[in-house]
Amino acid sequence: MSMLVPFGPQHPVLPEPLQLRLELSDEKVISALPVIGYVHRGLERLAEQKDFIQDTYLIERVCGICSFIHSMTYCMGIEEMMNIAVPPRALYLRTVWSELHRMHSHLLALGLLADAFGFENLFYSLWRIREEIMDAMEATTGGRVMLGSCCIGGVRKDIDPAQAQFVLEKLANVERALKRPAEVLIGDYTVKQRLVGVGVIDGKKAYELGAVGPTLRGSGVLRDHRTTGYAAYGELDFEPVVEQDGDCYARTLVRIGELRQSIALVRQALGKLPDSELKTPFKGNPEGEVAVRAEQPRGEVLYYLRGNGTDKLERLRIRTPTFANIAPLLTMLVGCNLADVAVIILSIDPCISCTER
Amino acid sequence: MMTVQENLTLENQQERIGALLLRGYRFVTMTVVDVGEAFDIYYHFDLDYEMTVYKLALPKGTELPSISGICFAAVIVENEIQDLFGIKVVNLAIEYERHFLLAPDAPAAPFCRVPGVGVTAVATDGKGNLSAPPPAPPLASAPADAAAMQGGVR
Repeated sequence: MSMLVPFGPQHPVLPEPLQLRLELSDEKVISALPVIGYVHRGLERLAEQKDFIQDTYLIERVCGICSFIHSMTYCMGIEEMMNIAVPPRALYLRTVWSELHRMHSHLLALGLLADAFGFENLFYSLWRIREEIMDAMEATTGGRVMLGSCCIGGVRKDIDPAQAQFVLEKLANVERALKRPAEVLIGDYTVKQRLVGVGVIDGKKAYELGAVGPTLRGSGVLRDHRTTGYAAYGELDFEPVVEQDGDCYARTLVRIGELRQSIALVRQALGKLPDSELKTPFKGNPEGEVAVRAEQPRGEVLYYLRGNGTDKLERLRIRTPTFANIAPLLTMLVGCNLADVAVIILSIDPCISCTER
Repeated sequence: MMTVQENLTLENQQERIGALLLRGYRFVTMTVVDVGEAFDIYYHFDLDYEMTVYKLALPKGTELPSISGICFAAVIVENEIQDLFGIKVVNLAIEYERHFLLAPDAPAAPFCRVPGVGVTAVATDGKGNLSAPPPAPPLASAPADAAAMQGGVR
């Protein structure tokens, strides 16, 4: 005898409205059906009614966490359509702000995960560290989340030596402060009891179901779009973080590894910051169609853009990483205990704002 | 610029996409563009960071066969397409009856170039008048859903 339990959309551990209709047999999940649409905004349609320059700032509002990477990916698409070469300094600055966004997103996700398994002190500790990153973004752009610093052809803001020094100091603080929470996340007995062997998906299944980002890399599949070398990634030294076990613990380890990696990437980028203009002037309107991808904190994002030679795009489509991770999530949930559902959901770091656009 | 590797037809869509998946391609997403008399439907796949795009030109008023039977990852985006463009996608692994993203009282096919005038709208009332598709029944509450879920979730 099975019963149906609606999990969400209002739930203490879900930061955004997502409902899963769980079919349970006693405490075991037999199947899960996602129900979304609570915050659908139709931004893709709205973007077709604004001009393509205004869209840069509209697109940044797709997400309140990885906003910069959205605007950057959009700009990359327009630049490809219009053959605009972005100056080297702008590429490095884009990389710096992308990695700062990745860090604050991963700290946010790890904190929410800790909250999901009831470790509130860990949650507060991780979010306190996140404030350091927010300070670094505010100091360099004036915004804590919506940076407004990316534009078609480059960036609107620079990082001067004093600001770069401030960012480096903040990174040193993050590195120092992260040690203890990372030790707890990696080695604490109760944390491991809640994460190890929970929500398992093997690499083959994750790949077939279209998983991306830490959800895919936590299952042993090396797939990180930064390795294609967009922005300044091609000139920086890094290896994607991959874990093999495919459970909540593996996905957590990937995010911890990527936090450390992002610190190293920002240091490298600031250390090599070339001198050049910040943006390339351009004329005209986009024409043709492109599909561009970038690596967000949750995984690969895809932008499809079609221009018709006017100042308005004919079509703008965004495939966000959480959208791709919903199908794998449904597989992870089958057979788990009801008490683990929240932990498994948070382990893919869902962003419903992105998903519903 | 994006290159379309192959133009699909309704007859070979399942076979060609199935063959691609067997060769190890990962499903990325689908994109729909309203081009007036038809929809351009793009299937994006990835292998080793290289994107492969298949295109299907779907005349308005035609049903789109779902690929969720051979590629479950597509089920979410196919439901989204059904909501936003009013395209009837048949044989979906999970069928939301056009209310995956949209509320029961939301406008029909809001992403069509002329909102509400999507695929089913072309199936006119016999006098050439376009009409919006009838609203699907709202997602029922728990007891009725249990049966729906058992039939709908694979």
